[in-house]
Amino acid sequence: MEFFKSTTNFDFLGLRYVSLGISAVLVLCSIGLIATKGLNYGLDFTGGTLIEVKFEEPIEIAEVRAKLTEAGYHSPVVQGLGNTREVAIRIAPHSGQGTSDTAEEAAAGEASQKLADAVMAVLTKDGRKATAKPPDFVGPQVGKELRESGMVAVIIVALGIMLYIWARFEWRFGAAAIVSEIHDTILTVGFLSLIGYEFDLTVLAAVLSVVGYSINDKVVVFDRIREIFRAGRKLEPIEVLNRAINGTLSRTIMTSVTTSLAVGSLWLIGSPSVAGFGLTMIVGIVIGTLSSIFFASPVLLYLGVSKRDLMPKIRDQSDLDRRP
Amino acid sequence: MLEYPKWKYWLIGIVIAIGLFYAIPNGFPQDPAVQISANRGNTVDAALQEKVQGALEQSKIAIKRVDRTDDRLLVRLNSLDEQLTASEKLREALGDGYVVALNLASSVPPWLEKLGARPMPLGLDLRGGVHFLMEVDQRAGVDKQVDRFVEDLRNLMRDKKVRYKDVLKTPEGIVVHLRTQEDRDLAGGAIARDVPQVVVKDGPAAADDFPLIATIKPTELKAAADSAVQQNIATLRNRINALGVAEPVIAQQGESRIVVQLPGVQDTALAKKILGATATLEYRAVDEKNSVADAVAGKVPPESRLYKMRNGQPLLLAKKVIVSGDQLVDAQSGFDPQGGTPMVSVKLNNAGAARMLDFTTQNVGNRMAVVFIERTPETRVIDGKEVRTTRVKEEVINAASVREPFGKNFQTTGLESPSESSELALLLRAGSLVAPVDIVEERVIGPSQGADNIAKGARAVIFGLLAVVVFVGFYYRLFGLIADLALVLNLVLLLAVLSVFQATLTMPGIAGIVLTLGMAIDANVLIFERIREEMRLGSTPLASIKAGYEKAWATILDASVTHLLAGVALFAFGSGPIKGFAVTLVIGILTSMFTSVSVSYAIVTAAFGHKRKLQTLPV
Repeated sequence: MEFFKSTTNFDFLGLRYVSLGISAVLVLCSIGLIATKGLNYGLDFTGGTLIEVKFEEPIEIAEVRAKLTEAGYHSPVVQGLGNTREVAIRIAPHSGQGTSDTAEEAAAGEASQKLADAVMAVLTKDGRKATAKPPDFVGPQVGKELRESGMVAVIIVALGIMLYIWARFEWRFGAAAIVSEIHDTILTVGFLSLIGYEFDLTVLAAVLSVVGYSINDKVVVFDRIREIFRAGRKLEPIEVLNRAINGTLSRTIMTSVTTSLAVGSLWLIGSPSVAGFGLTMIVGIVIGTLSSIFFASPVLLYLGVSKRDLMPKIRDQSDLDRRP
Repeated sequence: MLEYPKWKYWLIGIVIAIGLFYAIPNGFPQDPAVQISANRGNTVDAALQEKVQGALEQSKIAIKRVDRTDDRLLVRLNSLDEQLTASEKLREALGDGYVVALNLASSVPPWLEKLGARPMPLGLDLRGGVHFLMEVDQRAGVDKQVDRFVEDLRNLMRDKKVRYKDVLKTPEGIVVHLRTQEDRDLAGGAIARDVPQVVVKDGPAAADDFPLIATIKPTELKAAADSAVQQNIATLRNRINALGVAEPVIAQQGESRIVVQLPGVQDTALAKKILGATATLEYRAVDEKNSVADAVAGKVPPESRLYKMRNGQPLLLAKKVIVSGDQLVDAQSGFDPQGGTPMVSVKLNNAGAARMLDFTTQNVGNRMAVVFIERTPETRVIDGKEVRTTRVKEEVINAASVREPFGKNFQTTGLESPSESSELALLLRAGSLVAPVDIVEERVIGPSQGADNIAKGARAVIFGLLAVVVFVGFYYRLFGLIADLALVLNLVLLLAVLSVFQATLTMPGIAGIVLTLGMAIDANVLIFERIREEMRLGSTPLASIKAGYEKAWATILDASVTHLLAGVALFAFGSGPIKGFAVTLVIGILTSMFTSVSVSYAIVTAAFGHKRKLQTLPV
């Protein structure tokens, strides 16, 4: 079986104005979403107390939320757990949010069970029957640090990759890679913001893996670009890039399909803790695959990639030869 | 003709055989089990085994198997529900003398385990238990260190006969006030020579005040902060061992945090109480004048109190405390240079040293005991009101005779074994500990939730693998099947490496395995697409295979290295769950380079290498 019977010859670079335009719009939309709507951070990052409640009768999530707000809890986050009876309630750490007072955190830790008991009292006031698991608790400082180290991780991954590609190829490739990485990360996170998916540690791991996956994809195309440039025929850069993308197109699609199949199984049949990982990866794979074709190469073209920069360095040798 | 040297086939064969051997233990199911170990003074013997079996029979709980070793009894059961009831029944039946803990027992045959083939340990999210993250208040630890230096400097001035006005702790550092410039020079020289841990500089001088400011070197402060964490870890480990948790994790995370994971424990309240306990110690004189037997019978003399040694033996001690834990600076285990027996050397601060010298001068030949006191805060409901009480556990950890008067430094010698001396030193240090710990994160995973996660994780791996295998087999035909075989071998090798390193398997780790499986096929895709291209350009099948592998290799290498970089960065900057994910990812990339390239090339060469008249390739 083959996706394409013979080597394709689409003019991807001809679409660069359209594709870069779409990318720009999507990036702006994503940034707008992240800035205004923000991310639905999970307990890992917000800190607070998480209580999972199982009701004996089905209950509306809005009703649970209303009851808690009425009882004076500040913006409780209530989420369904895949059925009508179980909900997860997340209550932010009270008042001293963001301060680094460890004594306060300790007090909060001790209070998590009490908080859970109080919440249960509110929810069962009208005679409903429900049971709660022992609550999970994360101090606000821990969450804040995780958010920061997550950012650092993303930046370090992107920089490390850029340096490697710079060393192995040329600076234009490194620059195109990092711009694409930023593009892909922003779009993936923007998508998560759009659908309001819970952003926890495993989802962060997925975002970082998307960076890894997407760079993999770009390196394959870059490799081909270099190969065609070095092969020596006189071709315009646009033609080279188009040939490279077309030459690797089957592989790009094939690998995105196999990887999606694998992580898709995590999304569909894995436990809730990795379902988010699977979903984020699938979204990231789609974005990363498309950006390999429509975004990274146009950027490379605008950066002025040329044959001269990619030929193996032989100038030193000829300099020596010219000497008497 | 394609050639692949024979020794490489052998090498690949050996690697795969070893891989299979070490991956196999993961296929054996783990039995829910109850682990019983003895507290001090009790033994694990046939009588205990009979008692346990009797108790379980009475509660109609079927036993799968009982393994007895010298220090523990492992009772394997059929289900998780029975495991819970069994542990409750056994706790009732056995009382305080034994520790009953929930465990998962591997059913790997012993001969496999002897060769080091063990299954991967399961993380908390897969087996259930509680997770705590604790923060050590390092400021308190550092503060104590500063106090120590204040006292050291004072002593130094006294020893060197430098006349000083005062030594004070200030926000700028430790300030030594002196009267003249000469005194200041003298003091500065002495400190630089004798207390290298601090840096001294002159402060602004006044008419009759020449201050010297000593600041503790940053490396020294860091060492103090680190040791606060290390001591806390040691104390926690000691307490958790007493709690009887099977395979607990107690490890430092970051600079000032400690992760505590207690598999099988569901009762967070109890665990928190034990972790939150504070320990102190007291040196007391042994009351040699009155009879212990009388005291046990109820006639305790007014100036004494009855205590118990750790082995349960009663001991009568004076009520007056000689030295308490906060006056102890350090305790280290070692060997007595004279007798060669294990010993513990103890260092006291000045206040403690003075009192100790007083006591020992008058009591040469008498015994002195160390009492270890643990206070556990408890909240109880009495008459509908919450009452905070403290449960106090006191026991004598050591009693030894005073051979000669001593003060600041002394040794407790004649201990039975190095393990006893190191335990005593640990307890002494634990008792002197002041850096408090706070719980900053807490999670509970139920045992059924863990089992559910394992089932779902395994299903996700199998389903993901199947989907990829079918798709690739369909798309690349015979070559696809070769890639599939390589992929399955990759999974085997990945599991083997993770098992050999005894990496803990967690849910994110499973996600890493699945992702690896999806991406490992990429190398084969690159190669096969190249082969197809070469064929289209008119090369012969064998030349196409050769060119395909050669040309794809550079790309595979670049792609793998960048991907590895991402994995390593994830490992370095991620915390807990992300680390587990990164480990599987990194190992997976390495194993997949071996299987997708070397193994698949070996198979392709064996299958097609000698067919000169090949017209087409099943790719």
